[in-house]
Amino acid sequence: MTLRKYLVLAGVAVFGAAGDSMLAHGMKQVGRISIHHLQEVVLAVLNPWVAGGILLLLAFFAAYMSALSWADLTYVLPATSMGYVVLALMARFVLHEHISPLRWTGIILISAGVGFVAGGPTLTTHTHDRPETFEDLEAEEEPEEVGVGEVER
Amino acid sequence: MKHLLTWSSITILVFFSVLGDIVLSRAMKQVGDVHELWDRAGLWSVVRRMLGNANFVIGIVAMTGGFFAMLFALSWADVSLVAPAAASLTFLGNAVAAKIFLKEKVDRRRWIAAALVAAGVALIAG
Repeated sequence: MTLRKYLVLAGVAVFGAAGDSMLAHGMKQVGRISIHHLQEVVLAVLNPWVAGGILLLLAFFAAYMSALSWADLTYVLPATSMGYVVLALMARFVLHEHISPLRWTGIILISAGVGFVAGGPTLTTHTHDRPETFEDLEAEEEPEEVGVGEVER
Repeated sequence: MKHLLTWSSITILVFFSVLGDIVLSRAMKQVGDVHELWDRAGLWSVVRRMLGNANFVIGIVAMTGGFFAMLFALSWADVSLVAPAAASLTFLGNAVAAKIFLKEKVDRRRWIAAALVAAGVALIAG
């Protein structure tokens, strides 16, 4: 794991959590969408909070795809769930909201889960279809180890 | 009616999320390490490889379906129900699906992590 990879995982967590909160806030303003007027769900993107949430979720998506290119899905998901903890701590210390004992328990459980997966390998699959090198792009370049199939710690 | 619509949209949301995560994870393994690729051949090459991957396109369609299912669910129920319910179920669904379809080695450590995070997410927003 390099610093850049840690930053990518942090980006997945922060952009995802912030984007979801903005979407939720926006949809409260838009109001309920009737099953008979499903087209309203498309118009909802015109709400500035929903639009801002979508921009953040695009940033989340770029970071998420990057992480999935070098780590297992079952590694990336728990590792980036720290976003929920960040959101709760922000609610407590920035917005001064009350956090119930139940929510503190949730924060501890998520942190424990992240600790469990963080100590293990990032990639466990031996994907035969994964490119060993990118020799089709730069044949003349000295091929480097991409670390395929090798367990990284 | 409210409960039926809420839980139907959460179920559809979880299905699309798991499907999207699985095919996107497979797509990105086929694309290769994007940091490495970016350093060697530039951003454009990364984008071209991703857009040319069929799994990536299927994943985008699934994620888009999930996104609209989430907007629909949020319009009927509080985020404090939708977000934790969908996230917890997606965590567990992904752990099972990654083991079956991606052949990831979901060992005891990862099962415990998935269960702890799923329970924690359910509590934190519940």
